[in-house]
Amino acid sequence: MNARGWSKFNIASVVLGFAFLYLPIVLLIIFSFNESKLVTVWAGFSTKWYAQAFANQGLMDAAWVTIRVAFVSASIATVLGTLAAMALARRTAFPGRLLFSGMIYAPLVMPEVITGLSLLLLFVAVDLDRGMTTVTLAHITFSMCFVAVVVQARLAGFDRSLEEAALDLGATPARAFFSVTLPLIAPAVAAGWMLAFTLSLDDLVIAQFNSGPGATTLPMKIFSQVRLGVTPEINAICTILVAIVSVGVIVSSIALKRQEVQRQRAQRLAAQA
Amino acid sequence: MKTSRFTVWLPYLWLLIFFLAPFALVLKLSLSEPAIAIPPYNPVLTWEEGIAGWWVDLKRLSFENYRFITEDSLYWKSYLSSVWIATVSTLLTLAIGFPLAYGMARAPRAMRPVLLMLVILPFWTSFLIRVYAWIGILKKEGLLNQFLLWAGLIDQPLTILNTDVAVYIGIVYSYLPFMVLPLYANLEKQDATLLEAAADLGCTPFRAFWTVTWPLALPGVLAGCFLVFIPAVGEFVIPALLGGSDTLMIGQTLYDEFFKNRDWPVSSTVAVILLAILIIPIVIFQRLQQREAGA
Repeated sequence: MNARGWSKFNIASVVLGFAFLYLPIVLLIIFSFNESKLVTVWAGFSTKWYAQAFANQGLMDAAWVTIRVAFVSASIATVLGTLAAMALARRTAFPGRLLFSGMIYAPLVMPEVITGLSLLLLFVAVDLDRGMTTVTLAHITFSMCFVAVVVQARLAGFDRSLEEAALDLGATPARAFFSVTLPLIAPAVAAGWMLAFTLSLDDLVIAQFNSGPGATTLPMKIFSQVRLGVTPEINAICTILVAIVSVGVIVSSIALKRQEVQRQRAQRLAAQA
Repeated sequence: MKTSRFTVWLPYLWLLIFFLAPFALVLKLSLSEPAIAIPPYNPVLTWEEGIAGWWVDLKRLSFENYRFITEDSLYWKSYLSSVWIATVSTLLTLAIGFPLAYGMARAPRAMRPVLLMLVILPFWTSFLIRVYAWIGILKKEGLLNQFLLWAGLIDQPLTILNTDVAVYIGIVYSYLPFMVLPLYANLEKQDATLLEAAADLGCTPFRAFWTVTWPLALPGVLAGCFLVFIPAVGEFVIPALLGGSDTLMIGQTLYDEFFKNRDWPVSSTVAVILLAILIIPIVIFQRLQQREAGA
């Protein structure tokens, strides 16, 4: 769409929309550098809350648990989600396909309290002690669906004849996947991993239901502290998280963009040769 | 193309075990009786005694929890108020999200990837942190009140935090990217020459919007509204942090029933009814998604 340019109304709605989206986060970051213990009254610049956050053993333990859970669950979810995306995009008929696609899309909108409670009942029924393992299993389950949707969108967008050519030339399906399909969908798989990782970092409710002693995650820790009141220390830890995720997303999207440009250039060269 | 069976069965099996089976357990537990034990319920339908045992167990199933929930006004008030809060917030999100997505779709082509990135970025940053950020803004001595007092717009600080208004703000804020992304995807694809044709035929821009752009945008509007409405009904974090003691939302009622009252059967019953309320919007949403994926 591009008719009669960008009106003042369009510009104003974009500017105001982004102000609304970003102002709260910007204020949170600013007040993490506040000297005063009060989160809302500015009293000079200080980094003492960061020092205090790093010295807080409980917070650091929780951060470590969260990172390990996120890493393992994102990696397994990426494998399962990519397989699921292949099944959805490439196999149009198999028994129970409708149920399968239903189970992929439903967790995207399912209220977390329901997912959390139902998984907990499963773990209790099979007598699995609640802890890091159960949180990881729970995170794999909901984040694999997000990976599947992201990868499926990419699979739907590229030429299937490439895979067919590989198969005609005698490649096994596995070989065709690893040497033709996977390189083509790699950006979406990487984006899926990132998404699964941040979803796991972020999750409070499902972890709350499925975690046990010794497996307190960072969101659980933040939540229990926030209920007691807002502190600059929490602002500091939140700022660090926001910074890590923002840098990760921006760097990876620039890298993917560059890779895409190079691929297109290589294709043009190949076409000319 | 033939992919090996393994690509289907591995994720399929995973979802059957970790997504579908747990729902069966929730349903089963909602029909059991609470007990003071660990875990705190009397199991019905055990596997040990085989089919004959099942028949005995089936007769023990009780709808006691369902009756209890319909009799206690707390529960149905929570359901009604959740659906109401989610509906109002969805409409507010649409009212803010549509102009934003529309402005993005009409932005110069070179700027669009950056704008899209700016919408997606908050979606990656923690939900909990974004909700937390509003506490410092909305509380009595918070930044919003300081600003309004300074600007002379009010004489007394407003009470916003711990009210339903704060919950609306929290939901609109947190779910705005979910609304904007499908809307933008739709609006960006729309053919601008249609609007030019309408203008050439003497249509005012306002009329052209309602007769051309809006009907074409409806699939995006619906997708956005479902993506906001369905999770908002069961929202827990936002009412827990921003809502007041009189804010009733079913996600929080379920959470308290489970963690404070430790009544697993009643919380399962609450979950089953919540799912029953949401099943129609979820099915419509899935149809929409499948049509989009198939197109």
